[in-house]
Amino acid sequence: MRRRAVLAVLALLAAGRAGAEQYPDTRQIVSIGGPITEIVYALGQQNRLVARDTTSTYPEAATDLPDVGYMRQLSPEGVLSVGPDLILARETSGPPETMQVLGEAGIPVVLVPDRFDAEGVSEAVRMVGDALGEADAAEAMAQRIEAQFAALRQGVEARPDALRVLFVLSVDGGRLNVAGSGTGADGLLSLAGGTNVMGSAFGGYKLITDEALIEAAPDAILMMDSTGDHSLADEAVLTIPAVTATPAGQAGRVVRVPDWALGFGPRTPEAARDLHDALFGTP
Amino acid sequence: MSLLEQVRQPRRRGRAAVEAIAGDRTDRARLLTAALCAALVLVALASLGWGAADDTRALPALLSRFGLAEAELRDRVIVWGVRMPRMVLGVLVGAALAVTGAVMQGLFRNPLADPGLVGVSAGAGLGAVSGIVLAGALPALLTGWLGLWLVPAAAFAGGWTSTLLLYAIATRQGRTSVATMLLAGIALAALTGALTGIIVYRATDQQLRDLTFWGMGSLAGANWSRVMLAAPLILAALAAAPFLARALNALALGEAAAAHLGVPVQRMKTIAILTVAAAVGASVSVTGGIGFIGIVVPHLLRLMQGPDHRYLLPNAALLGALLLLLADGIARTVIAPAELPIGIVTATLGGPFFMWILLRNRAVMDL
Repeated sequence: MRRRAVLAVLALLAAGRAGAEQYPDTRQIVSIGGPITEIVYALGQQNRLVARDTTSTYPEAATDLPDVGYMRQLSPEGVLSVGPDLILARETSGPPETMQVLGEAGIPVVLVPDRFDAEGVSEAVRMVGDALGEADAAEAMAQRIEAQFAALRQGVEARPDALRVLFVLSVDGGRLNVAGSGTGADGLLSLAGGTNVMGSAFGGYKLITDEALIEAAPDAILMMDSTGDHSLADEAVLTIPAVTATPAGQAGRVVRVPDWALGFGPRTPEAARDLHDALFGTP
Repeated sequence: MSLLEQVRQPRRRGRAAVEAIAGDRTDRARLLTAALCAALVLVALASLGWGAADDTRALPALLSRFGLAEAELRDRVIVWGVRMPRMVLGVLVGAALAVTGAVMQGLFRNPLADPGLVGVSAGAGLGAVSGIVLAGALPALLTGWLGLWLVPAAAFAGGWTSTLLLYAIATRQGRTSVATMLLAGIALAALTGALTGIIVYRATDQQLRDLTFWGMGSLAGANWSRVMLAAPLILAALAAAPFLARALNALALGEAAAAHLGVPVQRMKTIAILTVAAAVGASVSVTGGIGFIGIVVPHLLRLMQGPDHRYLLPNAALLGALLLLLADGIARTVIAPAELPIGIVTATLGGPFFMWILLRNRAVMDL
């Protein structure tokens, strides 16, 4: 184990020169964060995984792996108990105490930035690919993703009309909990060519007042296609008095995205394309 | 002699009977102290030996520190870097919560009193929430190092600020009114709740999840720096508590009667409040909100050995430490490799258990 730690340090030094961290010989990987796990599977490296976090639920087979807990509440001993030789994690994983213990135990941790834009996806793919020693496969995948995004962007730029969209996460006592900037919904909307009406108003998800809603005048309302707690019938939103005063409410225009589309990963180009088609119609 | 009869017996008149009970209870308390000490040592050792990483060779890892055995880095980190600080913190915090619970119930002469009444928990909550949300606003470079300290430090500062504020409000002309403190505590809790709400409103989704978990308490973040942060204050408070025992016994008769018995009531209140603020402030800031230990442990002991604080306080420390370690054992193994927040374990087990005790002893506990 000590030798492995030394190797890890050496690998780190070598990686520092190459510009990326590489651990091609790892066989006991813990993957923290849904998109990371998805990338590992997409690269066909799932046989090297020994555990995942609670947010890693795609593909279905990933749920058979032991679950080390929610990505922000990892237990140090829990993660160590699966005997990892590499941890791939979103950079917001934590708590910091746990990450510190993992470092002390000499286990390399590759932190992948959390970003809600097109570049973030291909960057994550390349980082995970490099770490796994599958740089070529990852490069091909990243380029495929970039090409998909580029095609979508062309379609979006060719379109003169902007569509103002409001993303509704949930309804709380008649008020809408909606997405501002820095959210997966905001990122997805801008990829799909829609304008988040709350994109410049605030960051994160917030409850908004009726007046702010009427003033925003969205053309369409976007909601999750959810089966869980966020399940909301179209009527539950469209019958809210303030909503009926907006163009979206008058047209009864509700568009749905799958839940997973709010996390950015290899399926994001597809999700953004579907959303684009749902908003603007298939060309 | 059943527990129930024993507790009811003071109703029998006669000095001999009273002395017999007192002696009997003293023996019982001493016996309990010995049993609790033994149990605590066993459970503490067990908590070093068992955990989610069940292939850890704990004994060699334990001895490797002293050069007596060889152990892998991973095992050494698990035993010395994870389980040991966690066990030490569990013992300290469990003892602190139970003892301060007993002190508060004695001071307020109210069986429902808990450390939260001096405002320390509400203030610490506000501090922790500010810390969690503020951490997001700081540059990443700072939070990397500071991130480990920011939340505990903010919680601690919040806890002390609100306790001192309450104490100042409740003290007029050198006399602290317990009733004023209670009521002002409710007002302060509402205020800190509102301030917390404002900050929560500014929080991102991830911070919101952190806040939720903080409220449920956990020993999972235990490391030596947290032990160092909490230990001096908790140990000082635990050392001070026994000196309050006689005064708390006298206080059971009422403040005036206690003063006539020669108890320096005002000084004792000050010491008690500072003790509670120190111990609970330190505990809450490193583990978040852990409920029920401060209520269940003193009541359980009063049923087993009577209300004499001279025996109640030390045994509360032992039983509190023991129960928290057991609860943590459940928290960290039941859904391994993930783990439960310990507040969930103490409340799920403590709630029904406490209700069962209440139902069985309804006649005795009717206060």
